[in-house]
Amino acid sequence: MPRVALFVTCLVDMFRPTVGFATVKLLEDAGCTVEVPEAQTCCGQPAWNSGDRATAAEIAKQVIFAFEGYDYVVAPSGSCAGTIVKDYPQMLDGAWRKRAEALAAKTHEVTSFLVDVLGVEGVEADVPRLATYHDSCSGLRGLGVKAQPRKLLASAGTTLREMEEAEVCCGFGGTFCVKYPEISDSMVGDKTRNAADTGAEMLLAGDLGCLMNMAGKAQRDGRGLEVRHVVEVLAGMTDTPAIGEGSK
Amino acid sequence: MTLHEPTTPQFKQNAHEALRDENLQSALRGARNGFVGKRAAARAKLGEDEFDGLRDAARDLKNHVLANLADYLEAYEGKVTAAGGHVHWAETAEDAQNIVLDICRKAGAKTVNKGKTMISEECGINDHLAANGIKPVETDLGEYIIQLRGETPSHIIAPAVHVTVPQVREEFQKAHTHLPESRDLSGLDTLLSEARGVLREKYFQAEVGITGANMLIAETGQSVIVTNEGNGDLSQSLPRVHIVMASIEKIVPTLEDSSTILRVLGRSATGQDMSVYTTYSSGPRRAEDPDGPEEYHVVLLDNGRTNMLGTEFEEMLRCIRCGACMNHCPVYQTVGGHAYGWVYPGPMGAVLTPSLIGVEEGGHLPNASTFCGRCEDVCPMRIPLPKMMRHWREREFEKKLTPGAARYGLGLWAFFAKRPGLYRAGTRLGMAALRLLGRGRGRVSSLPLAGGWTATRDMPVPSGDTFMAQWKAKR
Ligand code: SF4
Repeated sequence: MPRVALFVTCLVDMFRPTVGFATVKLLEDAGCTVEVPEAQTCCGQPAWNSGDRATAAEIAKQVIFAFEGYDYVVAPSGSCAGTIVKDYPQMLDGAWRKRAEALAAKTHEVTSFLVDVLGVEGVEADVPRLATYHDSCSGLRGLGVKAQPRKLLASAGTTLREMEEAEVCCGFGGTFCVKYPEISDSMVGDKTRNAADTGAEMLLAGDLGCLMNMAGKAQRDGRGLEVRHVVEVLAGMTDTPAIGEGSK
Repeated sequence: MTLHEPTTPQFKQNAHEALRDENLQSALRGARNGFVGKRAAARAKLGEDEFDGLRDAARDLKNHVLANLADYLEAYEGKVTAAGGHVHWAETAEDAQNIVLDICRKAGAKTVNKGKTMISEECGINDHLAANGIKPVETDLGEYIIQLRGETPSHIIAPAVHVTVPQVREEFQKAHTHLPESRDLSGLDTLLSEARGVLREKYFQAEVGITGANMLIAETGQSVIVTNEGNGDLSQSLPRVHIVMASIEKIVPTLEDSSTILRVLGRSATGQDMSVYTTYSSGPRRAEDPDGPEEYHVVLLDNGRTNMLGTEFEEMLRCIRCGACMNHCPVYQTVGGHAYGWVYPGPMGAVLTPSLIGVEEGGHLPNASTFCGRCEDVCPMRIPLPKMMRHWREREFEKKLTPGAARYGLGLWAFFAKRPGLYRAGTRLGMAALRLLGRGRGRVSSLPLAGGWTATRDMPVPSGDTFMAQWKAKR
């Protein structure tokens, strides 16, 4: 049984704990032992993308130290997994770079881990709903996550209706949405319009940043979309309120 | 100084206006899928492996050039001189202005025809000539349209992409007063043929023709220009004097190398296998030539580029100005090229502009990116654009140019992020407070520190106690 460390990501930890539990369920169902290292906070992306290389490197070391003892590291986010996989080796030098590369080699986004590493063919979630899927940038372009969530969703009984420009950024971009809110808003407006135009009930994606952005916009505009992280559907956990929705 | 003052420092204001400009928004919507679809189709038609292989070859080629830049430039100069041409070295934009004006004056020029050249935009040649009593006439249709409108290009290959067809019609009605008012300008073809007619007459009036160069070839001393309208050919072969304006990184070693670049250029830019016209020129007309200019000048511009060599921005000098990065950039697609406030828009501009006008002036551009990575994905020269934008952010951070609030926020976040125990307690408390604000609705419609976000979007609040707390309680 592979020993998997869950990198829960700061946004999931704070805003959407159910995504963490859904990830744990999927991993355990696939035969993994899941542990959650205590010393985790955030992957360091805010510092890295703000040009604060020194802080980003310190946090990278902290993550490497906490996670390198496991067989695999899995995150319910292409963005945070991407930071560990693609960026950590660039932040560090010498012996730390070697350790960063070793960690990068065993770190995965969750749907890609299930399909590409464990060879999971499907899940038994039975969520026969109509959904559309937003391909988050880092997962898609950084880690090649495109077919994996679709394959798993099909096995869960969910039908996908693809939106226009599914691969175009939703305008979240970490601090971008705070620094340039007007541009970000226009981008997420395009995104949620495209999603709603498909007529799907659910809008799914694999990154909580994009999801919060899209949920907030869809709700403000009254788009009537249920916005969820893909693992919630795959784990059959769709009876909880959707992102940004109150309990009914 | 007659250089266009950059409006890059007001990027936010520019973007704000762009978002409210309905004509612009409609033009941008029209352009967006055209470019993206055409490039994808061209790549598929050639075969993705072959296309991507060409990109590797083009990247390696340009890296080799940059490592041996001085040698190739020298060889090129030798060839041009041997063919009877003159090479002028311009260290700054002002130098280029003076060199060009000098040549025009000696030629007794009243009118100068121009094929499309971004370098002349970078150097503010039009304003400088006009200020000195010489009339510059743009011969590229897009450039002609924006010249009528008194604007600068908003895209490096489609300068008038921000203008809608009805706006063009209106502009032509206003400018071409010698034509009957009742003429038919309803279709694209009638607009095009009117522009062609007007421009044809101008071709024969100019004493000097200025063109840009997509490449310079060291082996042969040739300059290469691609157009879809043939205006490059006419503005360089009809006038008595031809001036080529090019920046130093445009050099390639051999003729063969130029074809490698051409094969990725057209496909990346407009989805064409090749542009309609690809013109090689070398030197003035020889005794036996039936036509061509009597004088041939090349102005080689540095304007800060040598300073990029050997730095983390060197790779940017591989850029061949195809425009694919901006065509695919969701930020460019949202605000258009003028918002970037200087000659080079989109992701390439976000890297190049701070290099050329300084990060103090151009700092907004590398920040106004979500790092979605689409630009790097499509760049034929495999320039790691997001990575280089991040380098600019690092320079800003080192120079303490990052805004105070952002630095403070980042510092606070870092303090906690480095102390898991404190972080855990802090996030639990913060999230409980936020949850309370949601009052069972699951979201808030106004949040003090995220006013930009909540102006137009709701903000989801935490759906329960933090994962880490719940996990600890369960296990
Ligand atoms: S950066 Fe790349 S994609 Fe953008 S214009 Fe230059 S070569 Fe083309």
